[in-house]
Amino acid sequence: MLQAVALSCMRGERRLFVDVNVTVEPGTLLTVVGENGSGKTSFLRILTSLLSPEAGAVLWQGQDIRQLKEQYYAQLTYIGHLNGVKDDLTPVENLMASAGLTGDHHSNPLVQDALESVGLKRMVHRLPTKVLSQGQRRRVALARLWLSTHPLWLLDEPFTSLDTASTALVTERLQSHLRGGGLAVVVTHQEVALPSDVIQRLRLNG
Amino acid sequence: MTRPGMWDALCGVVRRDLLLAMRRRSDAAMPVFFLVIVASLFPLGVGPEPAVLRTIGPGVLWVAALLACLLSLGRVFTADYLDGVLEQMVLIAQPLPVLVVGKVFAHWVIAGVPVVLLSPLLGMQFGLDGEAVAVLALSLLLGTPTLSMIGTIGAALVLGVRGSGLLVALLVLPLYVPVLIFGAGAVASSLAGVGAEANLSLLGACLVLSLFFAPWATAAALRIALE
Amino acid sequence: MGINWLKYSAPQAFYPLAGKLIPWFSIVAALAIAVGLYIGLLVAPTDFQQGESYRIIFVHVPAAWMSMFLYVVMALWAGFGMGLNARLSFMMAQAIAPTGAMFTFLALLTGAMWGKPTWGAWWVWDARLTSELILLFQYAGVMLLRTSIDDLRRADRASGVFALVGVVNVPIIYFSVKWWNTLHQGASVSMTGGSKMAATMLTAMLLMTFGFWMYSMAVILSRSRCVILEREQLLSWNKSASTPEPVEVR
Repeated sequence: MLQAVALSCMRGERRLFVDVNVTVEPGTLLTVVGENGSGKTSFLRILTSLLSPEAGAVLWQGQDIRQLKEQYYAQLTYIGHLNGVKDDLTPVENLMASAGLTGDHHSNPLVQDALESVGLKRMVHRLPTKVLSQGQRRRVALARLWLSTHPLWLLDEPFTSLDTASTALVTERLQSHLRGGGLAVVVTHQEVALPSDVIQRLRLNG
Repeated sequence: MTRPGMWDALCGVVRRDLLLAMRRRSDAAMPVFFLVIVASLFPLGVGPEPAVLRTIGPGVLWVAALLACLLSLGRVFTADYLDGVLEQMVLIAQPLPVLVVGKVFAHWVIAGVPVVLLSPLLGMQFGLDGEAVAVLALSLLLGTPTLSMIGTIGAALVLGVRGSGLLVALLVLPLYVPVLIFGAGAVASSLAGVGAEANLSLLGACLVLSLFFAPWATAAALRIALE
Repeated sequence: MGINWLKYSAPQAFYPLAGKLIPWFSIVAALAIAVGLYIGLLVAPTDFQQGESYRIIFVHVPAAWMSMFLYVVMALWAGFGMGLNARLSFMMAQAIAPTGAMFTFLALLTGAMWGKPTWGAWWVWDARLTSELILLFQYAGVMLLRTSIDDLRRADRASGVFALVGVVNVPIIYFSVKWWNTLHQGASVSMTGGSKMAATMLTAMLLMTFGFWMYSMAVILSRSRCVILEREQLLSWNKSASTPEPVEVR
């Protein structure tokens, strides 16, 4: 269970939001919506602990994430609006490298399966990522979701530059993650095509 | 204080950085070329008098090595910062200072080791004799990891700041003074026949000290930069 | 006793307190410096080796002490700021840097003025002078790093980390330059000359140090008031600009 308790956020001299309280239960999804500059990304970054809130706390299973630190990161898969993908490496190398860091030892075929699940054909697996299109690069980043065994997913605009087919694939993956008892927080300006009983919406007004 | 997977993560960081350097070999080679060119400019500037060259040689080579290290500092975190890999690295279930050690080690292998390997050649250009050349290489071997350690603190502090290239030099160069003094001093004392052991052990002490403090400072600076 | 010191950790409470203290520090500083200079320049005996020129140490040595002391204090404030997440600590650190840099510069300048008649050169690579020079670079680094970063919070923290790293560095530099000097058999003249110092000289030196310290307090407090105003103004200006709306959660 992930809880945001009385979160307030300041960026520079600007107050983005005050006193946000929200709880995400296992098996449910929180979508964060709002205009540009309303602090959606800042909210998500506070949930990752990359950003410190001005006031309030984020609790994971009842404990402050600033105390949990690495124990919390072990539960977390974060895909920011930056892809976290190296242009000079191939999609396979990228995924192998990031799996190596998280301590998951994925075999080559497993990584290739993940890439295919997100709709990347085998022929692009061995190309440097820099020659791929924006949407393809985004999909390389999202392929990490197929390799992730962590219960908490924090995704910042996962559907940007994705076509409808890939959006459907990612949504499907999200659904199976939730069914398995996972949690997710998704910042998006699009509707997520999931049953409304598992979705909770948080609207931030800048 | 080892956690499962800590060693794997450390190796993973090193492996990825080395792989990236292999993909961009010319980028990685540039600081080394810079070192060779700077070292070759000095004899042209001060004249080919062997006695003079031998006197200034240790200092010049050490300053050149220091500047070469400085040039490559920008690459340590900037690309990772821009493409989001740094965020991912911070959010891994391993202590950030450990991952920083991996980054520093990779930087040293790419920017430091070539300098150490080239130094005998450059030392001979300046007319250093056999023992002094050996001491030069040894002092660089002990000193360049410290340069990488201290340098990454600066590199992390100026991430994403305007004019960061010049700023990192202004921040880091004063911190390099002790390493420069002991490093060049080791070669100079070997030339003077005093024996380089004292300076070399002080260089070793600097390395140990920086190994203890620098990764924490760098990790703190990275967290600040990512906010 | 009985005063709630914690109360003054809020900039709003600190501001008027600082305002009340500044005149007192200024008066004490002026008195101490005046008496110190009088004793140092007129009462203290002439040095039998260096003549009258040695008298500059009554400015030089206190300035050098203050420069190092203020650097440590600045780093401590920055450390507190990061540890306790206290805004006022960072403001103090920001206010200290220019005064510290000024004393460092003063120490270097008076060191050079003393060096010319004593050593026959404006600049000697003496361990103390060199460390002071590096200290000046570090002050410059702290201030440059702060001004290069637009985000206040990040500027505070980044320059704080650098200040703390510098604290470890300065003693190492002092030691290394000393080592280097003995190797090169260079000028091994120590700045304070003979260790036997006349009581009047010591009195003058301590009075000057005390005066400089009080002067620093006055200047730092008034600068921190400026910093508070500057930052709070930014805040209130922005508060009025954006309409604060309650956040709707569904």
